Amino acid sequence: MRNIWTIARREIKLYFGSPIAYIVGLLIFLITGIYFVLTVYLAGQSAYTSGSATAPGPDLVVGLMVFLFLFAVPALSMRLMADEHRNGTLELLLTAPIHESELVIGKWLGSFLFVFLIILVTFIYPIVLNGLVTPGIDQGLMMANYLAITLVAASFLAIGTAISCFFNNQFAAFFATLAVLFFLWVVIGWPAVVMQGTGSSIFTYLSMSNHFSSMQAGTVALSDIVYYLSLTSLGLFLGTVAVEIRRWK
Amino acid sequence: MIRTTGLTKDYGARRAIDNLTFEANQGEVVGFLGPNGAGKTTTMRILAGYMPPTFGTAQIAGFDVVEESIEVRRRVGYLPETVPLYSDMTVFDYLKFMADLRHLPNGDEMVDNALEMVQLEQRADGYISNLSKGMRQRVGLAQALLHKPEVLILDEPTIGLDPAQVVEVRGIIREIGKERTVLLSTHILSEAQQLCDRVLIINKGHIVAEDTPENLQARLVGAERSILRIKGDAEELMPLVSKINGVQEAKIRPDGAMEFQFAPGVDVRPEVARMVIQSGFDLLELSPVGLSLEEIFLELTRDGAPTK
Repeated sequence: MRNIWTIARREIKLYFGSPIAYIVGLLIFLITGIYFVLTVYLAGQSAYTSGSATAPGPDLVVGLMVFLFLFAVPALSMRLMADEHRNGTLELLLTAPIHESELVIGKWLGSFLFVFLIILVTFIYPIVLNGLVTPGIDQGLMMANYLAITLVAASFLAIGTAISCFFNNQFAAFFATLAVLFFLWVVIGWPAVVMQGTGSSIFTYLSMSNHFSSMQAGTVALSDIVYYLSLTSLGLFLGTVAVEIRRWK
Repeated sequence: MIRTTGLTKDYGARRAIDNLTFEANQGEVVGFLGPNGAGKTTTMRILAGYMPPTFGTAQIAGFDVVEESIEVRRRVGYLPETVPLYSDMTVFDYLKFMADLRHLPNGDEMVDNALEMVQLEQRADGYISNLSKGMRQRVGLAQALLHKPEVLILDEPTIGLDPAQVVEVRGIIREIGKERTVLLSTHILSEAQQLCDRVLIINKGHIVAEDTPENLQARLVGAERSILRIKGDAEELMPLVSKINGVQEAKIRPDGAMEFQFAPGVDVRPEVARMVIQSGFDLLELSPVGLSLEEIFLELTRDGAPTK
């Protein structure tokens, strides 16, 4: 536990000194901010002109954020392990008295806490929204949305961490992570459309976006939580295996 | 402290080290000497717990490097060939990070001690990216010394340093080697001669010779050689030197100095010196011929040389 925290702490500090992390954070705030203001403004306009309007829900920004994370996560996770290898510092970490799993989990935790901080900052949108609409926003729905985005971020980052373990070049890790995330988010659900019965339900289950959509709509099922936690564990496990493979090569 | 048996490592089809068996004891500085690609780094990486051997075993302080890797890593300080540094950290933060990973109870104090040892206290708050090559090497050394390890493994510790820094780093190693076990690799022969109590000459993954630098010299050359330089013509001394018991061969070199050989263990130099003074000559120089380990090395590592 202690080693995981030591590794994670260094990663967090590193994010706060890295231009990429600032750019990613800034872009997320900028894009979600503009989107939020515009949507609220347009809803206000239509309420003014037509006398009534559907109030924007708390899922407003979260849906956009997930889409942004598809690009942001690879940018944040690409260097986690690839850079250690390129720098030669992997040799330092692998000859320190820590387990490979502690190293990988620590790396992931560092990136997760950074992204979690970004998520926390965006909490300002539902708070603002709550003051604007009557009788306030659906808080259960809001919590479901934030739980969903947190779980998605955790699993995205675990996948990114694992892929970074396999690469020496961080840009290769970036594109590989981007590809895998798109595959798991979008592509893997496609066979479900043409298949029927069990086959269809397997692919529906595998698709990351399906689990997210149902949570975003306000249904928090245990199976969705289990799905994301399993995916996170799988990513961390594969990352650990990748580091072990490096040792044996 | 370090004991290996039949240590072998294959990289795919290429055998990097083949059946290495050796020991290093406490208070001993053992040098790994060999040309580039001989298998020095591979051996050290295995001992440091970075990677497992293909065959054979290695123990450090009684712990197996594969089975009890974490215990081994706790007891080893390792400086890899390319010094592993985070250039975006300050010297202090970097060492503190390593101290935390090693669970050192009084981390700050240990970091200060290590910095003092390598004389880098002044640069503790400076970023590693701003350090010179020599200072980086010393930060790497501080990292290896941080937890006062029982065993120090240093891969080419003086490579890339300027002469003054080389002297400094060698001084540090010699100091540490008094109490701990030090295994260092080098391809600089004079360094092995100066620093090591024992030298393992390794070539193409095999140990081709193992002994103290002096004995290696004696064993392979069969004699120790010295140069004698006096004010005036050394020629006149020839008959006198040749008469001394133990002197095997004496000749005048083109530069006018005399070179003589004597059997190892029968050091005739004090007697030669006395004789020079008593005969009324002015003694200018009496020094060993330093290149002989180089000759041994070339002899042992040349292609087709018989392996042990």
